[in-house]
This record gives sequence, structure tokens and C-alpha cells, in this order.
Amino acid sequence: MKKFVILALAMLLALSFAACGNGGNAASGSDVSAPATEAPSTDSDVTVTDEPAPAVTTVEAGKLHMSTNASFPPYEMTTDDGGFEGIDVEIASAVAAKLGLELVVDDMGFDAALISAQNGQSDMVMAGVSVTEARLEVMDFSETYAIGVQVIIVKDGSPIETVDDLADAAMIGTQKATTGYIYCSGDYGEDHVTAYENGATAVMALLNDQVDCVVIDNMPAQEFVANNPGLKILDTAYAEEEYAIGFAKGNTQLVDAVNAALAELRAEGTIDAIIEKYIHN
Amino acid sequence: MDLWTDFTRKFQAAFVTGDRWKLYLGGLLSTLELTVFALALGTVLGVIVAVLRSAHDQQRLGQHNPILAVLNAVCKVYTTVIRGTPMLVQLLIWRFVILPTVRDYTLVGALGLGINSGAYVAEIVRGGLMSVDAGQSEAGRSLGLGYLDTMRFIIIPQAFKNILPSLGNEFITLLKDTSLVSAIGGAELVYYAQSVGSRTYEVMFPYIGIAILYLIVVMFLTWLQGRLERRLRQSDRRS
Repeated sequence: MKKFVILALAMLLALSFAACGNGGNAASGSDVSAPATEAPSTDSDVTVTDEPAPAVTTVEAGKLHMSTNASFPPYEMTTDDGGFEGIDVEIASAVAAKLGLELVVDDMGFDAALISAQNGQSDMVMAGVSVTEARLEVMDFSETYAIGVQVIIVKDGSPIETVDDLADAAMIGTQKATTGYIYCSGDYGEDHVTAYENGATAVMALLNDQVDCVVIDNMPAQEFVANNPGLKILDTAYAEEEYAIGFAKGNTQLVDAVNAALAELRAEGTIDAIIEKYIHN
Repeated sequence: MDLWTDFTRKFQAAFVTGDRWKLYLGGLLSTLELTVFALALGTVLGVIVAVLRSAHDQQRLGQHNPILAVLNAVCKVYTTVIRGTPMLVQLLIWRFVILPTVRDYTLVGALGLGINSGAYVAEIVRGGLMSVDAGQSEAGRSLGLGYLDTMRFIIIPQAFKNILPSLGNEFITLLKDTSLVSAIGGAELVYYAQSVGSRTYEVMFPYIGIAILYLIVVMFLTWLQGRLERRLRQSDRRS
């Protein structure tokens, strides 16, 4: 009797482990359809052999998953009912509509949002992502849909008055994994840069004098400064870069489909209208 | 007076404007769901591991069941690895390494928390089973009860009473550990507090607000545990 019970329990344990294993396999199996990890070097014509599917394949049928970090106004932010809005969100939903898909926004940290798209956990990352050499090595990008300018936010009366003064800043606030962080830590050293989970936290750190300035994209910077008296943006920009939508490496079918949709939207003037709407508000 | 208006303005921004309190309630709900799921998984895993390990350790002298020895070794590795690594690191591994393509982060978090909790529950339950004197089991068996009946009527009732305080402790820890799931993108209480905080540039009320919510839930659990302990003491001659 005792042995039987033990055996039964053992089976149960084994089953539960097996169940976990299956979950993992099924999950990793699903990204075979999107050749994410398999073909890092075949970004040439090899993927053309994919059959011309009528619609694009996405991680979840009928849905377009966009991973983002929704505290980057006006590109993406949360609404009071727990939803999402912003330039990226509206462009993404216009693109999804063109592709006959339903947009799903997955909100997470910026670093996680990038990884999600690389892993095929989401279809794309749209979070004001600048195209850089390092990112091009691990993911594919759509055409640029906006120009990002990295600016410097300081408190009124700060000794930091130009980009050159950044070298004297004891501590620069940035957002984790953003180009602002990458450039600043490269230029001024890791010891002089703090990376925060999101832009708003970096700005709060600036208000509390925990950092001397914040390097972040111009548009969220405008929002931050408008909402927090006593802050200003320096006239000289730190860097200029191009924003694009990121995809898993080798997911050519989706990149092409999204590029086509973006071109159509641009021709219709939808993209300009969306950007206009958020900038003039 | 200015301080007071500032105070009410911040309070309004954190909870009232745009019905933001609904976000906290939704977050609380998913925190509770997360806790219940992890609790169930942890309890099942913990009991299985505990029974296997104490069955192995309490074999009669000179008896060695080889199957039991293997299972015991597996269980030992499980408790060692889980108890020897930080909760947050385990969650990050679940999210980015083991299940990198699952999109339901709250579910991934529940799985990670449950498997983590299982290791602690296992040790608590094992301690409880071992704490009951071997004579109790021997007495049961000599009265003609089978292994299962001895367990059910003699060992487990006594063991349960012994482990209840530590088990309650573990469940409370688990509830609070759900806040770590926000680090892997799970939408629970902390996530919504941060989401409100990053929109209002004011984090005092969101964070203190959710701290109070956690406290209320924990106090409720403690009260429930106290009631259960009193109920179990009714048949106790010590009281």
C-alpha cells in the first residue's frame, strides 16, 4: 500500500514536471514559424523562399502584438482606464488595421520590450526605438517613421548650459536601455550615469536633485517640462536619431507588410496627422 | 493651509482623477489571483515533496527503497536550488530564459512564485510530519490501521496544528512577493502604482496607498489564521 502511494505521488510529480516541459517546448516551438533565432546571418534573399502567405503570420493569429514601455509621452502612455494611447500606439493600430489585424499592446520595461520582439514573444517593439548598429545586429527594423532628438533637461539655474557641460555633470539621469543611456555611459562613463526604469522616474530624480540633468527624447521631455515647473530643456540637442519599429531578426514577411502599410499611411497623411495631433495638444 | 491643498491635490491626482482608484482595485484583484494560483501550486508541490522526503527518511531500519532514494535526491535538488537562489533572479530566468515566448507575464510570475513557494512549503510540511513522534505512527499501525489511515487520522491532524503558524507565515510572504512580478512585466498592484506615478510625477500616494492595501490583506489573512488556530485548539487539552 505504502509503495503504491509513493509510486502514485511520484507519477504525479513526474507528470507535473512533464507538463512544465511541454509548456516550454510548445512555447519555443511556436517561434519556429518566425525564424527568429535560427537564421541570424540570412538577412539576404534566403527568406524569399517563404510561401507568399495571403496574410502575415503573427505570434497570435489575427492579432498584432506590440511590446512597448508606456511611460514615454507622447509616443506611448497609459490612460486612466488602464488602456494605452500615444503616437506609436495610434500608428501601430493604423498599421494593424491595414493588415487586417487587431492591435494588442503589451506594456513592460523598455529593455524587456526590445527582448520580447527579438524572442518572438511580441510581433514588434514600438517604443520610440532608435535604430543603432548594435540593435541592427539582433533585430530588423521598419522604415523610419519619426525623427527623435535627444535633449537635455535641467533645473532652472543649473550650471549645465550646453552639451559640453555634460562632462561636468556629477550624475546624468537616463532611461534604462535607451540610446540616451548608451551614448551617455559611453561618452561620460558608467559612474556618471544612472539608468531609471522609465523617463518619469528619471525626471523625478532630477526634481529631487539626485541627478544633475536628464538626457531623453525631445517629445517626452516637452511633456515632462510642461508638467513640472522649474525645469527647462537646453537649446542644443545631445543627439539626433531615427525612430523605427523593431522586429525579430529575419521576420521579413512582417517587416515588408508593415513597411507597405506605413508607406500607405504616409501617402494618406495619416502619420503626419497623428504626430500633429499629439504635438499640438 | 498651502500644505493641505498640496496634499489634497496630490491625493486627487493619485486616486480620484479619471477614476484611477479603479486601477488599484484591478491591480489588487490580479495580485490576489496571483497569490491564490501560486499558493495552490506551492501547496501541491510542497506536500508532494514533503511526503516523498519524509517517507524516504522514515523507512524502517535496514530498508532502502531505490525508487524512493532517486525521488528523494530529485526533491533535495529542487529545494536546494529554489531556496538557494533569489526570488527575483528565478522570476527573471522564468520570464527571459525558460519561457521567453509566453506573453502572459502574470501567469509566468504565478508559475515562478508557486514553484518557489513549493520548496519552502515542502520544508515546513516535512518538519511537521517529522515532528510527530514515531510512537504515534507505530501505535496506529499496531492498532491495525493502514499507512494511509494512520496518516489521515493520527499523523496529519497533529502535524497540521504544528505547522500552521509557519505555513501562515509562508503564505503572507508569498502575497508580498507577488510585488516582484511587476519586475517581469506582470500587471499587478505595483505595476498600476508605477503607471499612475509616471503619469502624475508624484509617487508618494500611489506607493503608500498600495502599502496600505497589502497591509490590509495581510491583516485579514492573519486574522483568518488566528481563527483557524483557535478552532483547532478546541480539542486540545492544553487550552
